[in-house]
Amino acid sequence: MAKGQVAITVERCKGCGFCVEFCPTHVLALSSAFNSKGYHPPHVVAGEKCSGCDLCGMYCPDFAIFGARNAR
Amino acid sequence: MSEAILDVPLNATNPVEPFLRMDRMPHIWCPACGIGTTVNCFARALESSKLNLNKVAIVSGIGCTGRVAGYANLDSFHTTHGRAIPFATGLKLSNPELQVVVYSGDGDLFAIGGNHFIHAARRNMDIKVICVNNLTYAMTGGQTGPATPTEVISATSPYGVFEPSFNLVQLAEAAGASYVARWTTYHVKQLSRAMEEVLHRKGFCFIEVLSPCPTLYQRRNKMGDGLDAMKFYKQVSKVRNGAPTGECALTRAGEIVVGKFVDRERPDYLELLQHQMKETLGNRYADPEITTCSEG
Amino acid sequence: MHADPKGVLTGVHFLDGDHACCEGTLAAGARFAAGYPITPSTEVVERFAWRIPTVGGIFIQMEDELAASIAIQGAVWGGAKAFTVTSGPGFSLMMEHIGYAAITETPCVFIDVQRGGPSTGLPTLPAQADMMQARWGSHGDYSIIALCPNSPQECFDLTVTGFNLAEEFRVPVMMMLDECVGHMTEKVIIPESDQIAITPRRYTHQSPEEFRLFKPREDLVPDMVKAGDGYKFHVTGLTHDEHGYPSMNVETQDKLVRRMQDKLKPFTNGRALFEGVDLDDAEVVVVSYGITSRVAQRATQMARAQGVRAGIFRLISAWPFPEQHIRELAGRVKAFVVPELNMGQMVHEVERHAAGRAKTISVPHAGGTVHKPEVILQAILEAAR
Repeated sequence: MAKGQVAITVERCKGCGFCVEFCPTHVLALSSAFNSKGYHPPHVVAGEKCSGCDLCGMYCPDFAIFGARNAR
Repeated sequence: MSEAILDVPLNATNPVEPFLRMDRMPHIWCPACGIGTTVNCFARALESSKLNLNKVAIVSGIGCTGRVAGYANLDSFHTTHGRAIPFATGLKLSNPELQVVVYSGDGDLFAIGGNHFIHAARRNMDIKVICVNNLTYAMTGGQTGPATPTEVISATSPYGVFEPSFNLVQLAEAAGASYVARWTTYHVKQLSRAMEEVLHRKGFCFIEVLSPCPTLYQRRNKMGDGLDAMKFYKQVSKVRNGAPTGECALTRAGEIVVGKFVDRERPDYLELLQHQMKETLGNRYADPEITTCSEG
Repeated sequence: MHADPKGVLTGVHFLDGDHACCEGTLAAGARFAAGYPITPSTEVVERFAWRIPTVGGIFIQMEDELAASIAIQGAVWGGAKAFTVTSGPGFSLMMEHIGYAAITETPCVFIDVQRGGPSTGLPTLPAQADMMQARWGSHGDYSIIALCPNSPQECFDLTVTGFNLAEEFRVPVMMMLDECVGHMTEKVIIPESDQIAITPRRYTHQSPEEFRLFKPREDLVPDMVKAGDGYKFHVTGLTHDEHGYPSMNVETQDKLVRRMQDKLKPFTNGRALFEGVDLDDAEVVVVSYGITSRVAQRATQMARAQGVRAGIFRLISAWPFPEQHIRELAGRVKAFVVPELNMGQMVHEVERHAAGRAKTISVPHAGGTVHKPEVILQAILEAAR
């Protein structure tokens, strides 16, 4: 089981790509899906690598994603 | 409205939400604008500072960064262009219990607000100034500001800026600031730590944060989008804590020196005032009890 | 509520208007002032700087009038009663922030000791040429209250009144002195603190969840709050809703701008401050204010001695303009004579409200000294013909 998970509020995302770029373990990629505003939000492509460090959360300018460590 | 698309820890909310006026989301900033990132860092700093948030006040000027006050879940003041610092001065002096944070942009703080910046720094007024420097007047369409580097194209310099620009950290140090640091929106951890540090520090503290303006600055100068700016910051930034601020000037595409440059102890304005008054007036000096003068 | 004795210099004094004005601020409960030196107003803050450390408060000389005029507003939101002082050139610089105080409904006091203008003009000599500016100087639609003392005693009394009105209506108040009144020295009686009525700030009793900083009570004025009490409120100069959040649309603008105007209506006529002398049988009414009213008093006496039934309507609250009183007088007098130390400012209000039912005669003066009584007398006599 991964050390952490991310939670994404899809409708807030503006597809800037910061979280995808700066996730240290490359958990995320921009999806080909659209949210209702026409942006491509991120989705998890390597969830088992997520450490719950929340760097994605710190970078997000739209408060659309955050990471949390799973309870041990 | 929280709509997660994956299985998430139950009852999880973004830890930043208690620090924001969620009833006002979404905010007005563009996709990949860095201001939201700085606010994210600020929210985390507020949380880890363990300060009583009833006693933290935020004051902004006018501009894109000026909108931060409206989104922060604190006693907040969106004042006039360039005058956040004198407003903050009055607020702090009447109610010294407050930790007063000025959160504004490069044009607001250093062009129209320049005079107020240098005097508050000179006085070592106990306020914390966070300057989001996107190197332009973004709200009004991307005009040249005093921090816009030479050779940059802007709305009012269509043939390229030829004026020399300010080195904000050098200016802050020269004016007398107790604490001077520069980070970028790439340096989220360091920025958040620096914000937390100043929240617990007395005196005039200044943090410059370089931030992308993809819609205007990046686009006009063919520098890509916000993500390209972030990658650029990562690539050309050098952390040099304690570097002489005179060596930290910014250019269009050159090295960005980041770090904490100044951290010195100086008595702040109120300490100086009280000391002087007590020395000259002795026990005739009446401690200011200003907040009670308006009550019934 | 009564004045805090710490700020009240009870006694019989010999003070000039500027000094008396300062004592008025202290008696009113002002414990924060920010200013910038400008003749002929500087003595007000010089005295405050000297007095306040033993009363308990702060004076800060800011780097310019732009800073001073907004520092006081920061102080108000921190919980202080605050004021600034200036003259013409500084008043011009403060205009943006007077508008900010108006739209944010920040109770504070701006003291303008008027001098010859425009621009640097006559720094040490009197004029009354900022009267229209006091009302209209900032951009946009807003309303303020302006009071005109005509003696050092009134500089004390009306300053207290000014602070009280600021709190009652959550509005910036302009104290329109002039260099003569500011620099003339007369007897000033400062009573015991329990004889001085003070209007406290109307802090809300609602909880942070219920409270809306810009939701008015029945009298169209919202309650106040101060930073640090957990209300987490927002103040902005943008057009805003009852929350204080920016709401930049036609509907909100209409609502806000109208309410800001309407909230002063109770003060405008029914509670207008004025002095009426010999108005009952008057055929000519001299409308004046400030130092000019002292000269007008003499001229009116001289007119009466010559058999002309002259009376005085002295504006004490110049803004909002007491239009109803002028309308009522216009219905029964021959003429208004309006001497001013300017080229005609308040006379336009008089004429407008007289609406042609009585003649309105301006007695202008470019400033620098006061009218000679004979000049005003001449105008009265001509008006009576």
